[in-house]
Amino acid sequence: MTEPAPAPTTPPVDPRLLEILVCPLTKAPLEYDRAAGELISREAGLAYPIRDGIPIMLPDEARKLD
Amino acid sequence: MRAMSDPFVFDRPALRLRRDRAAASLPRVAGLLGEVAERLTETLDAIRRPFTRALDLGGRGVVAPRLRARGIEVVEAALSPGQAIAAGAPALVADEELLPFAPASFDLIVANLSLHWANDLPGALIQLRRSLRPDGLFLASLPIIGTLAELRAALTAAEADLTGGASPRVAPFPDLRDCAGLLQRAGFAMPVAERDEIRLRYADPLALLRDLRDAGETNALRLRERRFVSRALFPMALSRLPAEDGRITATLRLALLTGWAPG
Repeated sequence: MTEPAPAPTTPPVDPRLLEILVCPLTKAPLEYDRAAGELISREAGLAYPIRDGIPIMLPDEARKLD
Repeated sequence: MRAMSDPFVFDRPALRLRRDRAAASLPRVAGLLGEVAERLTETLDAIRRPFTRALDLGGRGVVAPRLRARGIEVVEAALSPGQAIAAGAPALVADEELLPFAPASFDLIVANLSLHWANDLPGALIQLRRSLRPDGLFLASLPIIGTLAELRAALTAAEADLTGGASPRVAPFPDLRDCAGLLQRAGFAMPVAERDEIRLRYADPLALLRDLRDAGETNALRLRERRFVSRALFPMALSRLPAEDGRITATLRLALLTGWAPG
């Protein structure tokens, strides 16, 4: 998988979603990293990807945080 | 060999793949899915209180428009990214067994034919109830025992003739009485499970299998037979389906569920 070079980032997540989304594992609030296009769950140590503005809230699709 | 107590009956990654592949073919089965959605959402017209924000869980494009037509703001959740992207914002990809919603996010949740592949249906129902505001409404349709019974019997008989054994090819479905009990145990108030039935008639038996595939509803059982299946199996089974006037019948037996989040 290669990232497009001068990253035209993924479209922003609908603000109505940001109000209600939590981590599916811990049910704790998420941090929205708009530049990286990720929703971060610190407790679970996971970053959920956002594709085309669509949050992918599946633990097995999430990136593990270092 | 899997233990008999293994609670994971369904292969969720396989289901996601089937739903993803079906994203493009869904318009071909929108009629049937829409018919069930129509019966389910009609319930709303008998309720006088307004709903403002709904979750459409796995509605495959036929539920959200019916809610928006009633002036309700809708968030669409799908197991497959392809289906979520097709839905357009606000939409997300989520697993019914691991819902990513804060408590009291919605005043209406509609799950049209989307919970029957859940390994942990009671757990999913509890999470859904928590996502509802007090006095919020949950509506769901589920296939129950009797659904695709003709196909199940024909496949079992044909496979027994070909191989001397049989493997599960149609999902196990709950019965109507289980459904109301499940709602009650998940903490819903005034749980109701009503029975409904749709009989599908096909001139070409293969069209039944095509519809199941187009809807992303082919076998996602974990114990499904993964070895090469004799090419004779499906033609043999389909030829045994009971026919009337040259058309076969497939029955979709449904539970229409209603439950309220306690106030």
